[in-house]
Amino acid sequence: MRFALFLGCNIPVRLKHYESASRAVLRELDVELVDIAEFNCCGYPLRNIDLKAFVLSSARNLALAERQNLNIIILCKCGYGTLRMADYLLREDARLREDVNRILAKEGLSYNADIQVKHILSVLFNDVGIGVIKEKITRPYENLKIATHYGCHALRPSNIVQFDDPVAPSLFDQLVEVTGAESVDWSTKLDCCGGPLLGTNDELSLDFTEKKLADARMAGAHYLTTGCTFCQVQFDSVQKMMATEKGTNHHVPSILYPQLLGLCMGIDKDVLGLDSNQIDITGIEGFLVPEPLAESG
Amino acid sequence: MLYTIALYTSLAIFVAGLIYRISNWFRYSIGKDAADITASTRVSAAVGGIASTIFSAKIGILLKVFLLDVLLQTWLLKKDFLRWLAHICIYVGFILLLLMHGLDKLITSVVFDNYYSTLNPFMFLRDFFGLVVIVGVGIAIYRRLLSKGPRPQSTGVDYYAIIILAVIMISGVILEGTKIVSNSRYQEMVDEYAGLDEEETEDLMALGAYWVQKFGVVSPDIKGPFDKNTLQQGKQLHEMSCAECHSRPQWAFMGYGASRVMSPMASLLDRANIRTLLWYIHFLACFFGMAYLPFSKFFHIFSTPVYLLANAVKKEGKSDPANMATMRAIEMDACTHCGDCTTRCSVAVAFNEISNPNILPHEKLAAFRRLLSGRGLSKKTLMAIQEGSYICTDCHRCTDVCPIGINLEDLWLNLKAHLAELGYTKPEAWAREAMGAEFNLVKLKDKTLSLTPVDKGFVGELTGSAQASTFSVCFGCQTCTNVCPVVGNYENPKESLGLLPHEIMHCLALKHKELALGSRMLWDCVTCYVCQEHCPQGVRVTDVLYQLKNLALKHLKEKAA
Repeated sequence: MRFALFLGCNIPVRLKHYESASRAVLRELDVELVDIAEFNCCGYPLRNIDLKAFVLSSARNLALAERQNLNIIILCKCGYGTLRMADYLLREDARLREDVNRILAKEGLSYNADIQVKHILSVLFNDVGIGVIKEKITRPYENLKIATHYGCHALRPSNIVQFDDPVAPSLFDQLVEVTGAESVDWSTKLDCCGGPLLGTNDELSLDFTEKKLADARMAGAHYLTTGCTFCQVQFDSVQKMMATEKGTNHHVPSILYPQLLGLCMGIDKDVLGLDSNQIDITGIEGFLVPEPLAESG
Repeated sequence: MLYTIALYTSLAIFVAGLIYRISNWFRYSIGKDAADITASTRVSAAVGGIASTIFSAKIGILLKVFLLDVLLQTWLLKKDFLRWLAHICIYVGFILLLLMHGLDKLITSVVFDNYYSTLNPFMFLRDFFGLVVIVGVGIAIYRRLLSKGPRPQSTGVDYYAIIILAVIMISGVILEGTKIVSNSRYQEMVDEYAGLDEEETEDLMALGAYWVQKFGVVSPDIKGPFDKNTLQQGKQLHEMSCAECHSRPQWAFMGYGASRVMSPMASLLDRANIRTLLWYIHFLACFFGMAYLPFSKFFHIFSTPVYLLANAVKKEGKSDPANMATMRAIEMDACTHCGDCTTRCSVAVAFNEISNPNILPHEKLAAFRRLLSGRGLSKKTLMAIQEGSYICTDCHRCTDVCPIGINLEDLWLNLKAHLAELGYTKPEAWAREAMGAEFNLVKLKDKTLSLTPVDKGFVGELTGSAQASTFSVCFGCQTCTNVCPVVGNYENPKESLGLLPHEIMHCLALKHKELALGSRMLWDCVTCYVCQEHCPQGVRVTDVLYQLKNLALKHLKEKAA
């Protein structure tokens, strides 16, 4: 299994541990990653500004992966939704595709709808499989309650992103439960984290975050888990900021899914960047079963 | 006379320009901590900093940086050999030309008492240094033609500098060529140095024959072939009167090459006195280049070394805040417009669709400098800088790749803060207010709206794209509004958001541009796609809102233009 790893703009600067944890987990599961240095912005920040600029930006990434005949694996859900949307629009609209290809041709690139864009969670679930992951788990969690946050742009619009059932998804819950943790029921599970409005309407953005954190707490979750750059920033850095500036603290730190999974696979916690989160999550180690499981024959 | 006036005028402009540019380093205020520090505090902090660095162990670091980074540019060598070679050729060649040839009266003739520009090794070296520059320019052009991928666009600033350099070099070579073939120049030299009377025709003939044969002079009346004796006699005369301060022009290989090309029309060129014209072009181009230097990208000859040296000894968090503020101002000038940042920029690709140069980091930096200079910028320009600043994703790649280590990311954050002070915040937030103020029909209460302001073109813009045109199948069930978490967040959503999603769809059916574009809902949409997912009619509600935001921003741009 080989993929081109798409990191986007934020992970290499603000969430380096998401990258290192993902690489470590995927290596354990025999997923080979290829880095393409020429990848650019996924196009997400351009969507409000100019549709064609957004599609072009996405298309260049798709074309770069296509040149190496690789499918893309992406860690961020906003980036995932954006690349999928661009892929969809380019398949749907021949004229748009022609325009984009004319520009890409200047660099010797072309988009031919030949590759797939997959989110890391769907690679783990569909390509690797729960069974294989389970075999790699050496020290599962016990008594750990996790509020699984799906993220809007992976779920919707479902006909385009095709991640999971948009109304009753279970993919991420199953990935959480394979670690031995309990994925709790919480009513705002499928709601927005508030991230997209940060910087445009902070008050509204924080209202969303606040609601979700309170709800996760109500459901008895010890931690939130995410699989998205923006959601993680919202539940980690922004939650911390809310606690210090607004004085509202629900004490539901957020852990990135590869960190959650990596820890019970026995991957070094420094590689997983457990200390790199803004809100301390190292307490999660206390939920691992005391003795590693015996090597299954 | 013209020479003297031109020299002193351009020298004055050059010095004034340098003072102006350097004074900017102490006047430009970038960043919060810089605002409270006066220019005089910064000057004294800089003087103190320089003095304390020079008289400390840090002098070793400075010397090392000066040798390796400034003179030898090892950082560029590690990055790209050809580019290093091109740059080293241009700058070493040009500086040697300047010192040996340009400033010969001040330097070369003082150091070497046997100096004549027509004598070797000076005659040869002048052409050799010129060749080095030309080779450097050639490599630079070759690299540019060869490189694929997104190239940073070259602007006027880049071309002017190259054009001046080219005029200086080319006029110099051709001038040399015309002098070699020029009979009148030859006669001048004979009158001055040969000590022959007009009556000594035989000697004059012999010397002339020798120079026509061996030195490339084109004479209207002395033409070969010449017999051995005449040439022998010419040679003796030459060795007596000329050889001491004139080597054979073949040593000036470029000028000689040019002279061979020109020789068929040498008499014509000589009569038209092209030689003098070229001399004017040559020195005027040099003086113009000097005067223009402080205002051109060549100013980096001064600013970049200063930055490299200062950057090597600064300590983040420890250095005097006044000096850090000055450093940030020097960063603006240290940029050589090389475009590495733009080549690596994550969003530069968008420039193909949004023709705003401020998207590209190397242009954005220049725009920041214009902004700091205090010249009143138009609303259109400010909006363009704002757009460029916020399309940037702060991915840090430009900063990582800058060959001289400018902290661009830090400058971008400061640029955004600077724009915010002028009222130009994030475009989405800014547009929400601007559009709300312009299209305030949503604020009208209990008033009947006429349906006259119908804009068919506007709807055309929406129906042009497959996803946005889906609004037309909306049957008004309000599901989108009922499931919208933004609407659900407010006690009185209409008060906070203006039109609600289903109402926006309805406006589009009515072709009511003002109503649709003026709604705050557009900008407060969290893009969670719940509405679109639940629409029983398949209206791509979120995508329609995206499209309306695109149109609103386009409208604001066009309005400012």
